[in-house]
Amino acid sequence: MYTEKVMDHFQNPRNVGEIKDADGVGEVGNVKCGDIMRIYLKVTDNVIKDVKFRTFGCGAAIATSSVITEMAVGKTIEEALELTNKQVADELGGLPPVKMHCSNLAADALKTAIEDYKENNK
Amino acid sequence: MKKVYLDHAATTPLNPKILETMLPFYKDLFGNPSSVHSFGREVKKHVDKARNQVAEAINADYDEEVIFTSGGTEADNLAILGVAAALKDKGKHIITSSVEHHATLDTCDALAKEGYKVTRLSVDEYGVIDLDELKSAISEDTILITIMHANNEVGTIQPIKEVVDIAKKHNVYVHTDAVQSFGQIPVDVNQLGVDLLTISAHKIYGPKGIGALYVRKGTKLKNTAHGGGQESKIRPGTENVAGIVGLGEAARLASTSLDEIKDMERKRDRLIEGLLKMEDVKLNGHPSKRLPSNVNVSIEFIEGEALILSLDMEGIAASSGSACTSGSLDPSHVLMHMGLSHQTAHGSLRLTLGKGNTDEDIDYVLDRVPKIVERLRSMSPLYGNQIKRGSECPCTQKK
Repeated sequence: MYTEKVMDHFQNPRNVGEIKDADGVGEVGNVKCGDIMRIYLKVTDNVIKDVKFRTFGCGAAIATSSVITEMAVGKTIEEALELTNKQVADELGGLPPVKMHCSNLAADALKTAIEDYKENNK
Repeated sequence: MKKVYLDHAATTPLNPKILETMLPFYKDLFGNPSSVHSFGREVKKHVDKARNQVAEAINADYDEEVIFTSGGTEADNLAILGVAAALKDKGKHIITSSVEHHATLDTCDALAKEGYKVTRLSVDEYGVIDLDELKSAISEDTILITIMHANNEVGTIQPIKEVVDIAKKHNVYVHTDAVQSFGQIPVDVNQLGVDLLTISAHKIYGPKGIGALYVRKGTKLKNTAHGGGQESKIRPGTENVAGIVGLGEAARLASTSLDEIKDMERKRDRLIEGLLKMEDVKLNGHPSKRLPSNVNVSIEFIEGEALILSLDMEGIAASSGSACTSGSLDPSHVLMHMGLSHQTAHGSLRLTLGKGNTDEDIDYVLDRVPKIVERLRSMSPLYGNQIKRGSECPCTQKK
């Protein structure tokens, strides 16, 4: 059902945790299936230097949260905003169809965190 | 890695002794039991023997009251659709419960689309139906009450005898799905008084793809498939002989080994006690009126599928009522009807024991589960001070 990469990120999630003095925090949830992702950002000179996450959800939800943290680090805010849920799923070698809309919230969570960062830095 | 199988409610391993009884019917004894020649007649004897074994195991009065089907789902379908077709001139009202297996719920839904009225009885926090609600629901139009003997998810045992007592006063048939209960608690069609009863072989260490419907003599039931005279013309089609022989042997062994269940019950209680030692864990289902094999708990702040995957990595096979394990987005309808919150229902864990499970298996599970729960909770934004314990997650509150 899941690719090896999904299982790897589920088993060994990268960047789990919180950033106490985060520059931006974003949380999204899927109302129907109940998954919740919270992403914390540290930004320096418009570049994402650190990302951490906490997720309540299934294997796919945890894996997508983990992989987006790897994809976002080092990107400018503008580049990170262009990341899509589909790119996240592709990075993991694909997700089962039912997980595409229930568990793949990672890019949405990142965007929400970036919006929060922008709001804090107006 | 140690392997512990705790998903016996999904399926049990095939007993090698049962397999042995089946093998000749895949090799030398290949005749069609409907054939009049010696090849067919020889095989027919074994089909008849299996029918007798099943009838004896459930204390049926006549062997002919046992109709072989392809499994529990087909038997449930045949019972409900068959009675509905046979009695459509008498009435078009069927009563079931809200926590049935989908083999029953979906079949009732199909009839509802054809103009039948279906009442789904509610259940209490333990998953037990309300007999007063049943009494109120019965009308002159009611033709069938179909309530499962024991629930497949939470193991709650329903008061079927009392259901029958109520139904008889109104001359209404009662069907019970005993797929989960048969082999674990006494299933006696005369003690229960039911008119129709479903069993399945692969839940009692028999083969997959074979089950039976008990139909009390005189019960009006119309065939739902056409094309042959087998199974009293109720279920046509060449018999799955090896499966039937396997079911017969499995039924015989199940009904004669109920004493082994006591030890399973003790291990179940050890598991429940151990799991409830963790914080924010609650038992789902009835505390005492439950199957000896069934453990179902809700573990707050984690999601069921993540737990199942993590357990699998430790060699433990379990299941969950989580939406994410089912292919639908909704968590278990059983847990939701028992009043659990969306969030809590997502974090359910079902462990179902079998005869092969040892105390070492229980020790292993009780060692691993808390570590996995701790790890998943450490990842969860719901755990800790962010969200008050027991409350819904923010995204669900937006509903």
